[in-house]
Amino acid sequence: MNTISQELEKRILVIDGAMGTMIQRYKLSEEDYRGERFKDWPSDVKGNNDLLNLTQPGIITEIHKQYLDAGADIIETNTFSSTVIAMADYDMQSLAYELNVAAAKCAKEAVRQSGKQAWVAGAIGPLNKTLSLSPDVNNPGFRAVTFDEVVDAYYEQVKGLVDGGVDLLLIETIFDTLNAKGAIFAIKKYFRETGKQSLPVMISGTITDASGRTLSGQTLEAFYTSIAHARPLSVGLNCALGAKEMRPHIAELSQIAGCYISAYPNAGLPNAMGEYDENPEETGHFLEDWAKEGYVNIVGGCCGTTPDHIKHIADNVRKIAPRKLPVVDKELA
Amino acid sequence: MSETIHIKPFLRLSGLEPLVVRPETNFVNIGERTNVTGSKKFARLIRENKFEEALSVARQQVESGAQVIDVNMDDALLDGVVAMRDFINLVQSEPDIAKIPLMIDSSKFEIIEAGLKCVQGKCIVNSISMKEGEKKFIEQAEICQAYGASVIVMAFDEKGQADTEDRKVEICHRAYKILTEQVGFDPQDIIFDPNIFAVATGLEEHNNYGNDFINATRRIKELMPLTGVSGGVSNLSFSFRGNETVREAMHSVFLFYAIKAGMNMGIVNAGALVVYDEIEPKLRDLCEDVILNRNNDNNEATEALIAFAETVKAKGKVEVKDELWRGTSVEERLKHSLVNGITDFIDVDTEEARLKYPRPLEVIEGPLMAGMSVVGDLFGAGKMFLPQVVKSARVMKKAVAYLQPYLEAEKEGAARQTAGKILDTAEKENADIIGLSGLITPSLDEMVNVAHEMKRRGMKQPLLIGGATTSRMHTAVKIAPQYGNGVVHVLDASRSVTVAGSLLNDQKTSFLEKIGVEYTKLKYDFDNKKVVKAYLPFEDAQANHVKIGWEAYEATTPAFTGTKVFKDYDLAELREYIDWKPFFISWELHGNFPAILTDEKVGVEATKLYNDANALVDQIVNEKWLTAQGVVGYWPASKVAGDTIEVRDGVKSHRLESLRQQIQKAPGQPNLSLSDFIKPAELLKDGETDYIGAFSVTIQGIEPHIRKFEAALDDYNKIMLQALADRFAEAFAECLHSRTRKEFWGYVKDETLSNEELIKEQYVGIRPAPGYPACPDHTEKYKLFELLGGEEATGIHLTESLAMYPASSVCGWYFSHPQSQYFGVGKIQPDQFEDYLQRKGWDRNDMERWLRPVME
Repeated sequence: MNTISQELEKRILVIDGAMGTMIQRYKLSEEDYRGERFKDWPSDVKGNNDLLNLTQPGIITEIHKQYLDAGADIIETNTFSSTVIAMADYDMQSLAYELNVAAAKCAKEAVRQSGKQAWVAGAIGPLNKTLSLSPDVNNPGFRAVTFDEVVDAYYEQVKGLVDGGVDLLLIETIFDTLNAKGAIFAIKKYFRETGKQSLPVMISGTITDASGRTLSGQTLEAFYTSIAHARPLSVGLNCALGAKEMRPHIAELSQIAGCYISAYPNAGLPNAMGEYDENPEETGHFLEDWAKEGYVNIVGGCCGTTPDHIKHIADNVRKIAPRKLPVVDKELA
Repeated sequence: MSETIHIKPFLRLSGLEPLVVRPETNFVNIGERTNVTGSKKFARLIRENKFEEALSVARQQVESGAQVIDVNMDDALLDGVVAMRDFINLVQSEPDIAKIPLMIDSSKFEIIEAGLKCVQGKCIVNSISMKEGEKKFIEQAEICQAYGASVIVMAFDEKGQADTEDRKVEICHRAYKILTEQVGFDPQDIIFDPNIFAVATGLEEHNNYGNDFINATRRIKELMPLTGVSGGVSNLSFSFRGNETVREAMHSVFLFYAIKAGMNMGIVNAGALVVYDEIEPKLRDLCEDVILNRNNDNNEATEALIAFAETVKAKGKVEVKDELWRGTSVEERLKHSLVNGITDFIDVDTEEARLKYPRPLEVIEGPLMAGMSVVGDLFGAGKMFLPQVVKSARVMKKAVAYLQPYLEAEKEGAARQTAGKILDTAEKENADIIGLSGLITPSLDEMVNVAHEMKRRGMKQPLLIGGATTSRMHTAVKIAPQYGNGVVHVLDASRSVTVAGSLLNDQKTSFLEKIGVEYTKLKYDFDNKKVVKAYLPFEDAQANHVKIGWEAYEATTPAFTGTKVFKDYDLAELREYIDWKPFFISWELHGNFPAILTDEKVGVEATKLYNDANALVDQIVNEKWLTAQGVVGYWPASKVAGDTIEVRDGVKSHRLESLRQQIQKAPGQPNLSLSDFIKPAELLKDGETDYIGAFSVTIQGIEPHIRKFEAALDDYNKIMLQALADRFAEAFAECLHSRTRKEFWGYVKDETLSNEELIKEQYVGIRPAPGYPACPDHTEKYKLFELLGGEEATGIHLTESLAMYPASSVCGWYFSHPQSQYFGVGKIQPDQFEDYLQRKGWDRNDMERWLRPVME
């Protein structure tokens, strides 16, 4: 079996699509979310998709399996919000570690069932509190959370993901780079303290508006500079934009980043109702174009994409050579 | 197809923007003024907690060309960790400062770490060293690495600070090997500070410090070419404290040689660097001698420079900063502050504007709003980004807060709150407006909840919807139907001020009514689209016209054909037709009339208002303040080919063109067009005809009375009069429609409808106006006014945009068939447009412009 780096040298890898969109298809009720274990939980839990790793592992595994069958080489654990900070919305802080372990197991089980070579990426989301922005417009120096709290939350998540058996760690949907730096700090700390073999880290930021910057105001190059110390396996962009809007940013990133490039856009921009309606053929064509331009090494989908989108993407990029890794010079001349 | 990309080993730093230090960068200025050890002013501001002003110090450095700013809080009187954290957090919300990278400067590593925890960009740590041994050095370097910072390594080891050329090079090389070989640092992330010490101190052993630094720098760069060299330049001239002219000259001369040797960054007063060539030649020569230790036996060069320094008048230097904008008008200055997010002058400028404008609200609606519109445009164009807009919003808030005592309280709900919390607060604080902002898709649903909850609580305040994920369509379709007291979508944060302004002044009712109409239409369009997104070919839509049993129908012949003009209709009669409900709504009293007069909560107020209004109506009627002029007309008409109604006015014939719904309707539902309500020519028997009517009404003579009230500063009666004029116009239209049905056209001679039933449009027949949903083409108004006898007969002037003047005017067509009904045409397709264009015979561009709102 090849390592992921060896495989990336040979071909473009495909990462899976949206989890939330797929969960919606099951039309789960409050009772379904609760399962037996949380039937008496004092607050509502419907919408806590990460909880399904514990209460409906069969569904989560099934969704992973659909993406693997569609052609995904990398699947993301269902852990976007599995941190002590994000779980506070449901009073489920104490479950954070357990959710991550369970999520990793669901994903590993799906890989086993598929019988193919695939990598499980432990998904590390952006948190619902930001370190660079004040939630109080009258008090710009205020922060709703501290760097140490963020590091502790991510440390616990990383521990759960690693214990559950993930192959990679993926810090994604970064709209505040400082939160991502907290995650990088936690990952470095975890592997330093446990002495375990470090896992490859993928990093994926989010450009949110017409200025081409992150929500916390950084340009793409400033963002890359700020996270390069993670020495990531790949850096890329996901979410907020459709492929059409993301293209120039991926083109830019592919010129400046010394590592592999990942891209998994939304299925277009949401329509007025917040729904995504770019069809799988369109998404497939956009990403095929990027592949032909030599921009990318890992492609897939974010909000609104489905196994159908992934299948089209996988089919379209299969025969296209991956972006060549840049040479990092050792001399100025 | 990709060529191999080469990534150069340059030092790369970042704030909100990247800073790449290339060989050709020459020299990076690091601003030194935000350092409590070097700037007394900054130290005082921090100690006194004057953070806003302290930020100005940082901003001044950026404006003066600093590419990095050095922040140092090492002061015995300060809690360095807290001061560093608080100041850097503030800097992060100042995009014009945060755009450049930071240098976190402290001799205490815990303060450095506190700073690193607050910065998203890639910083420089200043500094670490082997002062306390290799172990500590490695530990600190690893922590810096975990935060992704570059480091300045001071030439300092267990034995002390390196002062000679050889020791500087030796210590730096040792540190380099540890960092690159053991810690895994990239060489370009290492910057050495080989110690700049004071020269010309009088002590001979100090005289070669300049040379030691410059020569060490040259050797370091030869030995470790990817690393950088930096230093605190102001140390050099320490013995000339108080003589800025000499100090600045020394710094420039020193940098001139050090940079040539390879020093590529330095901590300097970015606003106070003189150009080497501009230094007075004599001073420059003396400085060179001192710095390069030439002609300096027995301190000769030093003595010479000291002697010269005495003769130099230390001229007070003006800070190099672009303050030209302070000389512009107050409106320009407010705009500048808003766009650039500068709070320094906002109170002063707002006060000036307050004195200049008649009312404080006009300061908000005028110059402040204009500034925010610029912000909105720049944001829309991607020339500003979120943190800058947040800053502009903060400046705006400061200005509003300043005006607060002069204004009625204006409060808004806070972000990221639960529906209950927002509404509790709004009720408790008696907010005028509630604003919701949604940055992520799930907040869309939450907004619907809030609107629903507001209705349940019986709240009255208008609801503003904004934020990246919201849309006008979503607001119209999902949120507005939940809540009846006004829901308005604003494009982005900067526009909310404009809208809030409209909601807080006397235009509120008309503004909300306008929005309401717009949203109802959007929802209508959306609902129709949602059921079946498909449109019918125009031919099929025409075939699916309203089926009316025309064979059995014969039109009522009007009492007269042609027009009847009422030059001065009896106002006393019209007042009986007044619909009072909209009148109360215009005063923010919601409820049905006359029940509202006895309402538990607002009854007393409503009764008082009603009495005042009636007193004014009495005066208007008795003293004949206003003139009601109106026209009605009836003409033989028939539907001719397609969707055209032919109207015969004596010998002249007019062709009225109507548009037809083209969306695919549910089975059995027709595609409506107004022409469907007129009997087709081919079904008319010999001598038979159908009829169409038209009317216009207007209320004239309001201006002198408005001016009188304005002169008396009597807003109450001014608004009252405007509202009543509108009511009279509507009443007149209602009156003429009623007389049309019963008398002039007489197609329901025995109608007995109460005023309430009239208001609910329970009468037979309709009176749609061009420009409204059933006949969206405004330009048909030309024909209507021509039929009625033009400006002379109607007393109404049509503006270029087809608005009517006086403003209190109403017009429309009369259709009498019992099946005629109000409806919206919705969107039309290109095939109908082509057909319509041909029928109208207009210029294509003009027609497109007028029909754009109904085109897909």
